[in-house]
Amino acid sequence: MNTTAQFDIQYCQYLDADGRFLPDLDLSTLPSFAHDPIELVRMYKMMVLVRAFDTKAINLQRTGKLGTYPPAAGHEAAQVGAAAALNAEDVIAPVYREIGTQMWRGVRMAEILRYWGGDESGNDFINTRHDFPWCVPIATQTLHAAGAAFAFKIRNEPRCALAYIGDGGTSEGTFYEAMNVAGVQQLPVIFYVVNNRWAISTPLSQQTAAHTLAQKAIAAGIPGIQVDGNDLLAVRHVIEQALARARRGEGPTVVEALTYRLSDHTTADDASRYRSTHEVEQAWNIEPMKRMRAYLERLQLWDDVQEQSYKHECSQQIEAAVSEYLATPTPPVTAMFDYLFAHPPQRLLDQRDQAMMNSRATDNHG
Amino acid sequence: MAKVTLIEAINMAHAWEMSHDASVVALGQDVGRNGGVFRATQGLQKTFGADRVIDTPLAEGMIAGLCVGMAAQGLKPVAEIQFMGFIYPAMDQIVNHMSRLRNRTRGRLTCPVVIRTPHGGGIHSPEHHSESVESMFCHVPGLRVVCPSSPARAYGLLLAAIREPDPVLFLEPVRIYRYARQDVEDNGEALPLDVCYVLREGGDCTLVTWGAMTVESLKAADELAKQGIYVEVIDLATLSPIDAETILESVAKTGRLVIVHEAARNVGVGAEIAAIVAEHGLYDLEAPIQRVTGYDTIVPLARLEHDYVPSVARIVTAVRTTLS
Ligand SMILES: Cc1ncc(C[n+]2csc(CCOP(=O)(O)OP(=O)(O)O)c2C)c(N)n1
Ligand SMILES: [Mg+2]
Repeated sequence: MNTTAQFDIQYCQYLDADGRFLPDLDLSTLPSFAHDPIELVRMYKMMVLVRAFDTKAINLQRTGKLGTYPPAAGHEAAQVGAAAALNAEDVIAPVYREIGTQMWRGVRMAEILRYWGGDESGNDFINTRHDFPWCVPIATQTLHAAGAAFAFKIRNEPRCALAYIGDGGTSEGTFYEAMNVAGVQQLPVIFYVVNNRWAISTPLSQQTAAHTLAQKAIAAGIPGIQVDGNDLLAVRHVIEQALARARRGEGPTVVEALTYRLSDHTTADDASRYRSTHEVEQAWNIEPMKRMRAYLERLQLWDDVQEQSYKHECSQQIEAAVSEYLATPTPPVTAMFDYLFAHPPQRLLDQRDQAMMNSRATDNHG
Repeated sequence: MAKVTLIEAINMAHAWEMSHDASVVALGQDVGRNGGVFRATQGLQKTFGADRVIDTPLAEGMIAGLCVGMAAQGLKPVAEIQFMGFIYPAMDQIVNHMSRLRNRTRGRLTCPVVIRTPHGGGIHSPEHHSESVESMFCHVPGLRVVCPSSPARAYGLLLAAIREPDPVLFLEPVRIYRYARQDVEDNGEALPLDVCYVLREGGDCTLVTWGAMTVESLKAADELAKQGIYVEVIDLATLSPIDAETILESVAKTGRLVIVHEAARNVGVGAEIAAIVAEHGLYDLEAPIQRVTGYDTIVPLARLEHDYVPSVARIVTAVRTTLS
């Protein structure tokens, strides 16, 4: 018997957990953004803001001011690094946990809070008009990104689409369908698998027998690559490369970022039921913030004083967003009828009137 | 006898049947180690092992399809779909295979499967976590749809569902998972499927409802009783097939019918009940049938959820309308 197919999966990492270049790294391969101090600091600052916002959001939920919220702690590099590689005119199909992605793209913190606070208007992003809304039904968004990429291809636009998906999400049939059609049509799309090792209580080992998730690309005939998702430089580089390929008309890529969900799945979950504190402690040792900060300090682009003053600035921005959010009135009962159809049927409009009356009646009841 | 919540009763029924029937297996996302996101299967994996309480990968079509294969070859799978809003990838398997296998093979292969899934909203969940789309499934020939409204009925009906030789979609009203405790004897006694349960007798108006809406309906009945209006409250319990007889008998007595459900109004199960009464009990009716339902909108996110779920006040008004 002969071998008819073989594959290998590359893994990209620049920085170790202490923010030092890996020993045998060829520094001439560093991407150009890595030579841009302003950009490096800008990305790190966003990671700091995201972490602070995340902490605040959890607090708001605990004090009854926010609904169920999916923490992003641990994902800052995976989120900001990939988002920073995209152009504004590209399109993303994000999942619920992409807090940092959305913030980098320009979704306002008050909008994020509105959505997770139970108000649909939080999906009406003021700044990112063509991006898809937060996606909750797992894996469905991968086909939306493929469809968007198809539109770009048909219209010959130099744009790309990027779909986010978790390790658990890669078990859904939809994910395979999306990779498959993207391969056949050579679509300018990236399937960005954020492998944080857990899907609620299900560890990766119970999700798949595959050694990597990146290799799921191979069966679709498209390249797959793995990256250290806690290494901001590596993440941005790998996504930039994949986007460049797609813009050259060379088709889709699967990028698997290895990271870790440091928090509970959501504020409704208690991860201590199913994973060891030891594992979580290990993960804190390699988390992304510390690494990037150490790197910047070594380059003398950042120091303690800046860290303190920036954190203060973050609190102020977050407090302003929270105040705006808390001051947002509850939508009128009619909001659930709005935007259901461009041309609402009369029967629905009648129900809308009825709902207004019912709502007032309930108010009177107290 | 133990005082248990509805979700504990589900857990008890599960455990009873697994210890008395080796062919019963449980499967789904997070059902094993974590005991399910609502804890319906808590402790089962410890007791019965990971071969019989199976944490599956994240794919609903896979879960439903596996159930077809398992059931056709002698197992009795009880699968959990984490939320009803995520059942859609499983529909192909449920509609095209699970509910048809007996018929297609002239009884050679069958599908004794239970699919359990949380039903309804009202607990401030995120998007897609508050659905009550039972009517989509009631339309499917060969499938039973069941929805308990108390710990005792959850226990008895789940046992019945597992023992039923055909597939059953078992809807669990999330809003009352932990609403009240009730004495439930863990004796393995099933309740009959395909019948309604009269929760309260009354001569003035028949009220048919199911699941969590039984709570608001009984409160409305209390309020009306204070005004001298006596409502007969019927828990539909099996949504498909409908026990028409009990409903028609009640309407023959009261002459009035109000149907209450949380799901959207358009082509809801309430429409089927109204049609049955129009076909077979029209001359018993002394007033037009009233429906109190969710609006024909997407279930709104948490801030407006309260306005979507039918209120006690709306139910009271509907009953009074039939009497005016
Ligand atoms: C189709 C579908 N099934 C189930 C769920 C419930 N659910 C929400 S998140 C989740 C786990 C997802 O894990 P993963 O894809 O690894 O993403 P992560 O949450 O780790 O970011 C599940 C099962 C859902 N949202 N959609
Ligand atoms: Mg995950």
